[in-house]
Amino acid sequence: MLSVRNLSVGVDGKTILRSLNLEVRAGELHAVMGPNGSGKSTLAQALAGHPAYTVTDGEVTYLGRDLLAMPAEERARAGVFLAFQYPIEIAGVSNAAFLKAAINEMRAARGQEELDAMEMLELLEKKLALVDMDRSFLSRPVNEGFSGGEKKRNEILQMAVLEPKLAILDETDSGLDIDALKIVAQGVNHLRRPDNAIILVTHYQRILNYVEPDRVHVLFDGRIVKSAGKELALELERKGYDWIKEQPAPVQPAA
Amino acid sequence: MTTAIAGTNRYLAEFERLERRSSTRTPAWLAELRRAAMERFVERGFPTTRDEDWRYTNLATFAATPFRAIDSVASSPVAREAVPRPFGPNAAPRLVFVDGRYAPEHSSAQSLPGGARLSSLAEAISHDEPLLERHLAKHARWDDNVFAALSTALLEDGVLLHVPAETVIAAPIEVVLLATRSGVMTQPRLLVVAGPHSRFTVVERYVGLTDQAYFVNAVSEIAVGSGASVDHYVVQEQGAAAFHMATIHADLERDSAFSTCGATFGARLARTTLGVRFGGEGGRASLAGLYVTGGRQHVDHHVTVDHAVPRCSSRQLYKGVLDGSSRAVFDGRVIVRPNAQKTDAAQTNKHLLLSDGVEVDSKPRLEIFADDVKCTHGAAEGQLAPEAIFYLRSRGLDERSARRLLTLGFVREVVDRIVVEPIRGYLDRALEARLGTDSKEMR
Repeated sequence: MLSVRNLSVGVDGKTILRSLNLEVRAGELHAVMGPNGSGKSTLAQALAGHPAYTVTDGEVTYLGRDLLAMPAEERARAGVFLAFQYPIEIAGVSNAAFLKAAINEMRAARGQEELDAMEMLELLEKKLALVDMDRSFLSRPVNEGFSGGEKKRNEILQMAVLEPKLAILDETDSGLDIDALKIVAQGVNHLRRPDNAIILVTHYQRILNYVEPDRVHVLFDGRIVKSAGKELALELERKGYDWIKEQPAPVQPAA
Repeated sequence: MTTAIAGTNRYLAEFERLERRSSTRTPAWLAELRRAAMERFVERGFPTTRDEDWRYTNLATFAATPFRAIDSVASSPVAREAVPRPFGPNAAPRLVFVDGRYAPEHSSAQSLPGGARLSSLAEAISHDEPLLERHLAKHARWDDNVFAALSTALLEDGVLLHVPAETVIAAPIEVVLLATRSGVMTQPRLLVVAGPHSRFTVVERYVGLTDQAYFVNAVSEIAVGSGASVDHYVVQEQGAAAFHMATIHADLERDSAFSTCGATFGARLARTTLGVRFGGEGGRASLAGLYVTGGRQHVDHHVTVDHAVPRCSSRQLYKGVLDGSSRAVFDGRVIVRPNAQKTDAAQTNKHLLLSDGVEVDSKPRLEIFADDVKCTHGAAEGQLAPEAIFYLRSRGLDERSARRLLTLGFVREVVDRIVVEPIRGYLDRALEARLGTDSKEMR
């Protein structure tokens, strides 16, 4: 589904990702872990198409398409979703209007009719229940005045509503209490299907108690330095990140 | 004395024509009022940018453009379809004017509840109603406002709305002013007298059906009786080359409430001089405005709130969205007089700049002479946040749709203050249509 080869990304002239490689197949859930400053958020933002992140080298193929050639909105319409680490507050735009605009963009991209008001409300109510939010969330301005946990749940709500093929969650678990964490995990598990994939970017192993990854990668200094099964997360939890730093860099595949 | 721009002679000629044609039917007090106002107008002339109140608004092009009153051009009837539908129910009370002339065929001035009266000013003048002499030109000062002076000098017709004590009118009362012809000047005049504890909504709606230059000089005087509550709206959709000068003044008596909300979309030059004066304790005023400009439009708001007595509150919220090489001027003056203790005044003025070519001059002026008061003001201008645009794009909206949604969000704060649902709905649609749409986004 997603094939990242030799990806190098910089921001403000500073190189963050260095020849990163990552293969994600349909049906898989990958956890990308790593210490602060290792490039986790850069990977997430670059895959979503943030214009401030400049790709200096490498290629990314998503469902057979050249992802890097697509502007952010096209990636979204093609099923790529980024749950933001710091969701943006948007004054004066209700959650309902925001979700409605997004849903209809997605549907139009798939050649589907717009949902009418009743269908829209039905869909939203069903998804609200999934993240344990009540209807009042719909009339509130997007993320404005939301607590940290509410913002993260709102990201999961958007993910649930938009049903992406490839969901990238950028530290969605950070700063959550256990109840909110379970809700986020529930949203992620709900999305898991044989035909889509999830990349869970996280600093902590904690969420992996509720969401079982197929692969765990350790990102350090802009490269994936170690990849293994779910047991790697537990090892990181036990030993911290310091031992990773002594690992030799993996052999790069031929360009 | 400030230097004036030449160009008052044409108006003097109009005044003389008016005097000739109406001399026999005009009450003596009104004839005297007009003469005094004309004298004042000629004496002052149109202000230059050396006048502090007109520092950022240049009237040179306006003053050089010749305009004629409607009696010197043949008037043409307007098709029913060209008259905008009422905000409220079809039978809602409304008076329609075409190029300044009352158009009874488009109006529905059916009887209002509780003896309330909605009629053309010309008709009220012909009966010399005592109410007129008591209120007309008594609220909007014309000694230091040349446009109010001009309106008073050429006062011939307009709207009288009188709502007696304790009367409540649910449906918004509409005054619709259509402009259809180039080169025409009109002097729409609105006199609203709200009896004690009355409650109603009045809407002024300006619609331009021509893209040629014309001049509308509107003066609205609103006397809010004790305990009364008046909601006032102005929806200005003048033609692209229009000059729209508006003077609005409200006098508030004890424990009354007044709100005004103006939506400014049209005209090449639009100036609103808004004054609110508290004449009795416990008054509350909410003043709001939104303006959406593009091209070379120039929109100027001068707002003065006079806290002349204690324990009154005023709220100002003005928001502008500027595109093209348009320009906005906001001058918000709050006067708290020495005895006006416990005044609570707040003022906010924000601008969203959608292009590099726009210019904003925003000036709060707080003149506080009492010590036990709460006065705040805030002004801000900025562009759409790139992070917010990316957030929306990451949800599938293209850049244009993202910018549009964020811009609509910016003005929502003002729109949400509108309690009359049909007006709010109309403005929602008008904003959606005006803010960067193309056929794809209207999907």
